[in-house]
Amino acid sequence: MSVIDQAKNAAEFIEDKTHEVSFDKLIWMLRQKRDEAALQVPEWEQLRDLASAIKEHTLANLGPYLELFEANAKRNGVTVHWARDGHEHNQIVYDILKSRDADTLIKSKSMLTEECGTTPFLQSRGVKVSETDLGERIQQLDDEPPSHIVGPAFQKTTEDVAALFSKVYGSDPNKADPVYLAHVMREHTRPLITEAKAGMTGTNFAIAETGAIVTITNEGNADLSANAPKLRICSVGIEKIIPNNEHLAVFVRLLARSATGMPITQYTSHFRAAREGGEMHVVLVDNGRSDRLGMEKFWPSLKCIRCGACMNTCPVYRRSGGLSYGSTYMGPIGIITMPTFEIRRYSELPFASTLNGSCTNVCPVKINIHEQIYAWRGVMDEKHQTPSLKKQAMIIAGKLLSHPEAYRIATQSTETALKVLPRFAIYNHFNVWGRHREVPAPANETFHEWYRKNRTH
Amino acid sequence: MDTREYILANVRKNQPANHELPGVPRFHRQPELLVSEFERSLKYMAGEFLASPPSDFAAYLRENFPNAKTICSAVPEYAGDRKPEDYRNWADAADIDVTIVRSPLGVAETGSVLLTENQLRVNTIGFLAHDIVILLDPKDIVENIHDAYEHRAFRESKYAVLMTGPSGSADIGGKTVHPAQGVMTLTVVMWPAEL
Ligand code: SF4
Repeated sequence: MSVIDQAKNAAEFIEDKTHEVSFDKLIWMLRQKRDEAALQVPEWEQLRDLASAIKEHTLANLGPYLELFEANAKRNGVTVHWARDGHEHNQIVYDILKSRDADTLIKSKSMLTEECGTTPFLQSRGVKVSETDLGERIQQLDDEPPSHIVGPAFQKTTEDVAALFSKVYGSDPNKADPVYLAHVMREHTRPLITEAKAGMTGTNFAIAETGAIVTITNEGNADLSANAPKLRICSVGIEKIIPNNEHLAVFVRLLARSATGMPITQYTSHFRAAREGGEMHVVLVDNGRSDRLGMEKFWPSLKCIRCGACMNTCPVYRRSGGLSYGSTYMGPIGIITMPTFEIRRYSELPFASTLNGSCTNVCPVKINIHEQIYAWRGVMDEKHQTPSLKKQAMIIAGKLLSHPEAYRIATQSTETALKVLPRFAIYNHFNVWGRHREVPAPANETFHEWYRKNRTH
Repeated sequence: MDTREYILANVRKNQPANHELPGVPRFHRQPELLVSEFERSLKYMAGEFLASPPSDFAAYLRENFPNAKTICSAVPEYAGDRKPEDYRNWADAADIDVTIVRSPLGVAETGSVLLTENQLRVNTIGFLAHDIVILLDPKDIVENIHDAYEHRAFRESKYAVLMTGPSGSADIGGKTVHPAQGVMTLTVVMWPAEL
């Protein structure tokens, strides 16, 4: 597959003012809410240290913890499967469904199944798959991948959703009101839920000591998917294991606050065994994770709890849109994980960053994100030189830097990173990595003018 | 080599150097304010709070849920029109207007209540109903999430949910709206358990 040109995609996104402005505003609001929520918890930094240490301990002993989880899940009557990659995962899921004549499946949001391409795999084999998460369903109806890992449809305006629902459901196209649209969705999805023959969910945490799967949703999607039908399948990335409930508490306190600024998500659901009269399957998925564990610089990305905070704080993500990354995971976490899946295809992503370190500062599990981005540039420079596209990455940085207010806000809480990396060094990094010395867009020229003058294709 | 063996071998080969597993403190602060803290947190999550049992519970329900035709009660305090066991097909619980259930645990920090298959009996009555009224003994409120996870339900139940306010979604425009797929309103009543 061809190289994803994030900078070009971003430039197209920016051309469309309505979406650029509304996306930036929404994502920045989430970032501010995260800060407010963190401030209200005096032990916030201590929780981050604990979360980081728990994840590092678990990853350092992942083999034994996986076996412990498996043994306990089996003791609870759960069937445990192992999948080396996305294809194996999808095949296992399909075989389970087929052998039980389950041709309708409801899903709660799962980034892992996005990563594995599960929905298209099942649909092409005749399984009717319905997303139950509102954002995910919107994207499904519009045949578009998620633009944010927490809010898949964040790149759409309320007007976009009104137009989409009117096309699909025949609702009022002029009623761009989130409450009305949520009603429309509920009305149309409920029958799918009550009639589905199987339910599928992802996993936020898998508890080794109890064999339980923990899934966190704001709509109760996992609870419905797991309890309405009798057959329940749960996909688990192998890095999702944590030792026990004591540790789970630390992550539950951090996750929602980091993601949306809420003290907790509405439903924190723990599934230790199948519902009465039902059956429960867990598919443990590797898909490159065990290899990444051995990458000296990059294994800490496996600590990620998918809160999206690094994306919300990232000035490039906010102004590029999530779809510009052309990948399952986007923003800073996408930059440091996607190249481990397909290095050539995602070789440009590490250049979609100002290296301001804000991502590292908000990460609840203290992943050294901006250092990893920098290290990936080194890897790409050695292996896949594509200077013309790097130049495009600079264009995006130039766009941002020409908005001093946005840039100041983006970096104001990044003291720690800025100590290591003074602001002027950001320019230097581009110059170090660029083959040609590039001059960023002057702040008094608009990006559009500058882009038109300087575009290379 | 089969997949399981392959993954476990590759994981073991690649595990980074060991890190100590830290102990987790309980972070206690103001244990005397539990009920008011619970109320504040619950309301923040769009839940409703009642400080004591209504003198006439039936009248309270009629007044607050005037359109409710089917009330499913999982508690001895109120008879209701249905019992959870009436729903042999769990998906049929979608016809419930109001579910009444008791929670064994509340969390002041977040306004969450615990529900498991022991209280719900038919788990879907907690999600497919339009509205839910949850009875909670104020003595069962703990201070924070660390305390909550000491509850035995998280080791012993097949299914346990910490439910916090009504189902919501912020997927359109980033502001949380109700309804979503689960209950549209959630009310917690401070109601001491019968001895
Ligand atoms: S890398 Fe950190 S901040 Fe980003 S999604 Fe993962 S846990 Fe959240």
